[in-house]
Amino acid sequence: MTDATTETWLILGATSSMARALARKLAERGAGLLLAGRDMDDLQATAADCSFHNASWAEAIRFDARDPESFGPIVDRMQAETGTLNVAVFVGSMPPQEEIDAQPEMIDGVVSDSFTGPARLVHALAPLLEARGSGTIVGVGSVAGDRGRVGNYVYGAAKAGFHTYMSGLRNRLTRSGAHAVTVKPGFVDTAMTWGLDGMFLVAPPDAVADAILTAERKRKNVIYTPFFWRYIMMIIRAVPEPIFKKLSI
Amino acid sequence: MWKTAEYTGWGRFYRAKGELARPERASALDRIAGEAPCPAIGQRRSYSDGCLNTRGRAIATDRLDRMLGFDEETGVLDVEAGCRLSEILRFFAPRGWLPTVLPGTGFATVGGAIGMDVHGKNHHHVGSFGQHVTGLTLHHPDGRREVLPGDPLFAATIGGMGQTGPIGSARLQMQPVKGPVMMVTERRVPDLDSYLELFDTTEATYTVGWIDATATGGNLGRGIFEEGETGAGLVPPAKRGKRIPMDAPNFALSGPVVRGFNAAYYRRIPDRGRTVVKPLEDFFFPLDKIFDWNRLYGKRGFHQFQCVVPLAARDVLREMLTKVSASGLASPLAVLKRMGPGRAGMMSFPTEGYTLAVDFPARDQAAEMIRRLIAMATEAGGRVYLAKDAFATAAQMDAMYPERADWAALCNGLDPDHAYETDLIRRLDLRAER
Repeated sequence: MTDATTETWLILGATSSMARALARKLAERGAGLLLAGRDMDDLQATAADCSFHNASWAEAIRFDARDPESFGPIVDRMQAETGTLNVAVFVGSMPPQEEIDAQPEMIDGVVSDSFTGPARLVHALAPLLEARGSGTIVGVGSVAGDRGRVGNYVYGAAKAGFHTYMSGLRNRLTRSGAHAVTVKPGFVDTAMTWGLDGMFLVAPPDAVADAILTAERKRKNVIYTPFFWRYIMMIIRAVPEPIFKKLSI
Repeated sequence: MWKTAEYTGWGRFYRAKGELARPERASALDRIAGEAPCPAIGQRRSYSDGCLNTRGRAIATDRLDRMLGFDEETGVLDVEAGCRLSEILRFFAPRGWLPTVLPGTGFATVGGAIGMDVHGKNHHHVGSFGQHVTGLTLHHPDGRREVLPGDPLFAATIGGMGQTGPIGSARLQMQPVKGPVMMVTERRVPDLDSYLELFDTTEATYTVGWIDATATGGNLGRGIFEEGETGAGLVPPAKRGKRIPMDAPNFALSGPVVRGFNAAYYRRIPDRGRTVVKPLEDFFFPLDKIFDWNRLYGKRGFHQFQCVVPLAARDVLREMLTKVSASGLASPLAVLKRMGPGRAGMMSFPTEGYTLAVDFPARDQAAEMIRRLIAMATEAGGRVYLAKDAFATAAQMDAMYPERADWAALCNGLDPDHAYETDLIRRLDLRAER
């Protein structure tokens, strides 16, 4: 049943600009695309655009990280495809920390969006990849997950959980021949960072998409994108806690 | 949602600082259009201040860039306003379709091409860009509005410099193309009369002429005439784009350098002419391979003067070229073309006649020269192009654009708070009801 010449990609959170950039590049190499998210109008626009960019097929499907009911049809749809199955996870939410401080119940939503929702769906998909002995799961985390900072530590904590999940998933998938890549973007020029103060060395979504495809091809484990964030985060992680707790970076 | 940015048009002469929004979805555009109506801007490839809103807000459409649907039967493409024309060419030429009208840069967006009713090298046959728009969607504070040809709002939007509100998407009538390459015949033209004669008699689908704006005397108006037809054949490998690493020093485009360059460029074409096969992009968008060629003009920027004068005003054209070449101010970029009568909007630039475009580095003497040229065009019954104008006056606009007052009344009825005004509209007082 496996046809090694075809590849299918499920893109979770396909309304984000990073996901759109990746979808276009996958379309140009002829992949089949299942674009998942909440804004169906927008997903349908991206699906149409991807088919003009030479995707072998592109469809929109509803996915809400906070609604597990939406997961089943996605798993079924993926199972129906022959060839290599791949997943790219772009979901997450980063409400301002002050809003979370005022309404702590928002933490559940952030954790569902950025960690448990996608992890639960990926967990249902992992056996499909294992059975076919191929495919890659790309998990887009964040440098914010590398250390908790006063400005966004709830988001950071959710992403840290996701990073740890991805690491364990990689450990599991490698036994079957499938693979998992953890992607930690620094500042990317998206709607999330548009107009935020303190942004520097902001990367275009296209560059992140290129880095993801390279990582997938070379079966990298954890990438920072742009690459220099690995060194920035190395320094940030090395700051001793007694000093770090007094910083506001 | 808003980011304070400094930005310029392609000429980098006028500058603006203000807040920009950059919606990534049509629903986000709806929200901005409702909460904070302001003008939309695309890739800012218009030369002057038509894409600037100093101290105000603007909506950057560059992330609304998707192709939404295509009808193989009719050849109509539904596309978001921020999509660049080069992207449409890249994906549709291999399928046998082209946008019917393509301007000189593929970086221009669909929204910008509509707002300025751009023209191309086939204007004498097919007319302007707006004549091949079969519908468009405006995002107004009270919701989306579909606008079709025949509606007065359509004629106010085409060439309307964004004054009827942000365009979210549009339907474009594409044309079938014979093949993925252009057969281009290039020949030297020794002087202006021979040039105009060629434009008057050519039967080619695409025509354009480079003109040596530094040549004087008997060589006045000499240049290279290009005729193009699409065709099938081997596609030469596309060359990779290049970047200009820095702003060039001021002497880079000084008089002697430009004269030397132009003479060599003219002699590049053999005496008897030649026919070459080019990728479509190279023919339509010759300068796009040098991504930021505007930096060649240095920090101070540059102006592009473009006017069209009636066919009977050949002498005015000659007088303009005489003034330009005598001044020693012109750059190598100068273009001559004959336009047909096709136009789709009340404020559209195209009208039947000869159009001349000349680039000048931004200097005080160049500004004076351009003001003189604008006055000459006005007097000859011609007009200048709003996408490029930097120095016209409100009174000249009234003379050049007879439908301006009606257009202003329509825009003001729709946008009584003047929320869609840009620096260009204020500079030329284009929405005044006088």
